[in-house]
Amino acid sequence: MAKRLSVIDVDRCVGCQSCMFACARRLGEGGLAGACIGVRSAGGIRRGFVVVVCRACPDPPCARVCPTDALLLRPPGGVRLRADLCIGCGNCAEACPFGAVFWDRAQNKPQICVYCGYCARYCPYEVLALEDLTPPPSIRGRDGEAAGGGVRKEAPHAPP
Amino acid sequence: MLPHDPLPRILYIDLSRRRFWVAERPDLFEDGLGGAGVAIRLLEEECPPGADPLGPENPVILAVGPLVGLFPMASKTVAMFQSPHTGNLGESHAGGRSAVAIRMAGYGAIILRGASPTPVYVVVEDDSVYFRDASALWGLRSSATVGRVIRERERGAGVRTIMRIGRAGERGVTYACVVTETYRHFGRLGLGAVFGSKKLKALVVSGRRALPVADRRAYREAYDAIFQAATDSPLMQKYHELGTAMNVLPLDAIGALPTRNLRSGRFEGAEAISGENLARNYLGRRVACAHCPVACIHLAALRIPYPNDPYFYKTVMVGYDHEPIYAVGSMLGIADVAGMLQVLDEVEAVGLDVMSAGVVLAWATEAMERGLISLKETDGLTLTWGDWETYIRAVGRIVDPPNDFYQALGRGVEHAASLYGGADFALAFGGNEMPGYHTGPACHLTYLTGARHSHLDSAGYSLDQRAAAKGEALTPEGVAETLLEEERWRQVLASLVVCFFARGVYTPEIVQRALAVAGILRSADDLARIGAETLTRKHAFKTREGFDPAQLRIPRRILETPSPLGRLEENFLRQAIVRFFMGTEANGQ
Repeated sequence: MAKRLSVIDVDRCVGCQSCMFACARRLGEGGLAGACIGVRSAGGIRRGFVVVVCRACPDPPCARVCPTDALLLRPPGGVRLRADLCIGCGNCAEACPFGAVFWDRAQNKPQICVYCGYCARYCPYEVLALEDLTPPPSIRGRDGEAAGGGVRKEAPHAPP
Repeated sequence: MLPHDPLPRILYIDLSRRRFWVAERPDLFEDGLGGAGVAIRLLEEECPPGADPLGPENPVILAVGPLVGLFPMASKTVAMFQSPHTGNLGESHAGGRSAVAIRMAGYGAIILRGASPTPVYVVVEDDSVYFRDASALWGLRSSATVGRVIRERERGAGVRTIMRIGRAGERGVTYACVVTETYRHFGRLGLGAVFGSKKLKALVVSGRRALPVADRRAYREAYDAIFQAATDSPLMQKYHELGTAMNVLPLDAIGALPTRNLRSGRFEGAEAISGENLARNYLGRRVACAHCPVACIHLAALRIPYPNDPYFYKTVMVGYDHEPIYAVGSMLGIADVAGMLQVLDEVEAVGLDVMSAGVVLAWATEAMERGLISLKETDGLTLTWGDWETYIRAVGRIVDPPNDFYQALGRGVEHAASLYGGADFALAFGGNEMPGYHTGPACHLTYLTGARHSHLDSAGYSLDQRAAAKGEALTPEGVAETLLEEERWRQVLASLVVCFFARGVYTPEIVQRALAVAGILRSADDLARIGAETLTRKHAFKTREGFDPAQLRIPRRILETPSPLGRLEENFLRQAIVRFFMGTEANGQ
């Protein structure tokens, strides 16, 4: 079953950024260059935090604007990068309204969530979870019940 | 150290000439690891003997360490400078996102030299440095507004630090702090005034580098062990739940909570200002420093009505911890918790070190009661225990002094008492105002002997409490040796810039394991040697700048008010001081 990362409850986020470091560590390195998830304050720390993740759109705008079709659709939602086709134009990063297309400056190519859920394992406050993605997400009810079922732990107001 | 690790890169920023450059100094990081160990070496290089703390010759060193960006809770930046408050070694540590941002921008240390002729804020984005005009930001009422303006103008949201000063720093109050990420501080010893003397309103640093590791699998395993210990074990629980404010009630119960300028160790309002009550009625949010899952930062949500305007309210988020609660709560006799939070909010807005500010106001209140000062000195304010509204006005006058008295208060109790009398109840140690523990002789010996005159230097309060719990008698020699050993080990943690709250997690074994991931192989003996040497260097610097342990003033008040371990004896303290400094000279050279 295809997965996606979900922000269960952003109000529990303390801004520790353990998820960002986990995402980079998944590639076997330290630091933040490899992170495909972003945590920043919602206009100052007193207001809490915003967690930016790829929500695995069924009809992703990032892929639509790619001039070389380097972002392949991953049914039922989300994308996968074919780095050999990418020319590093940056259209995808601009098209994502959440800012969930991060940028690999060394390669000059996008870096996008691979829906592995490694970050969620390091979230101490249950802000993040990996969930099953059942088609088609667009007809999901507000309460998160997908037609045909299968979506667990869906927040009413999903990411970011 | 691994090739391609940016740690040895030191960014020099010359504010006088508006120039910057980078130097590679692997030697410093080999010898000193990072943080305090590197900062003291850079201070030796950069700070001329007898430097005017508020002159352009006073450098600011900001140093981080090899574990930052690799492991959790390695999240502190160590600042070193000549302190305008004590005229000697200034060292202050802050978390927030400061350490991660400096490391991710690609530096192990940043040095600020010189002074700008006009207000400036400096932005470091990876390899670029921008000098931005800050004349419009100079004089802003609140340090929070400075943060907001810069946050909206600059890039790097989420991966940046915004260190800024309030008006106290601009005006040169010697205990002005630097605020970072709104709720963390380079609090003690006046870094804010040094920023102000350089016309430096803020320093913004951002970046998102990758860091190499020696062995990927060993990295993940070591990481998981540390992360697990931080999140699952009871080691960090107290910081996690109530935060440091959990200390208020236990200290009050044993009579160790300094109250009304330490006339007492018990406060009848302790329950109201306790971590428990704050959590129950005010806790609005918990936040964390970058790369720390513990989230010890507690913010109170305080709803304040406008007195003459029904249905108008403002809600402020006020950070609280044990030390601020002690300093403007029990120390000032304020049991009205909403009032206490408003004093905290004001101190934050102007950018004062809250601990010094509280002790200064407590001294002034007692001096007024005793008739050493009158309404003439206080500019018409009747300072009275518990009267938080008047204390807020007094905070404003410290920052904008209407007369010589407030000017003197802006230099701390040591200085004020030298002009107005009342040294017996002027609670400063080595020139730095007292922290919130009166647990016995060891806590005061930490304040006296610690290189920063901070309770965190060697945590004597914890030694006192252990002795009380076990019914053990303390000896001057025993205390001196335990504190020396603790302060040495803390030099290792401060060089790795591991938060002291995580000291239970970062045992010598864990430290070695984590360092190995960063390609740094050190034995337990190596670490002990580095700790001892760092402390020796700090003392050598202090001696060079005129520090003399024999001249340390012991305020009579701490001998008069009984501690949980009974009345303290001056002789005991003097003997322990001598023993401690014999130790710092004999070893680690």
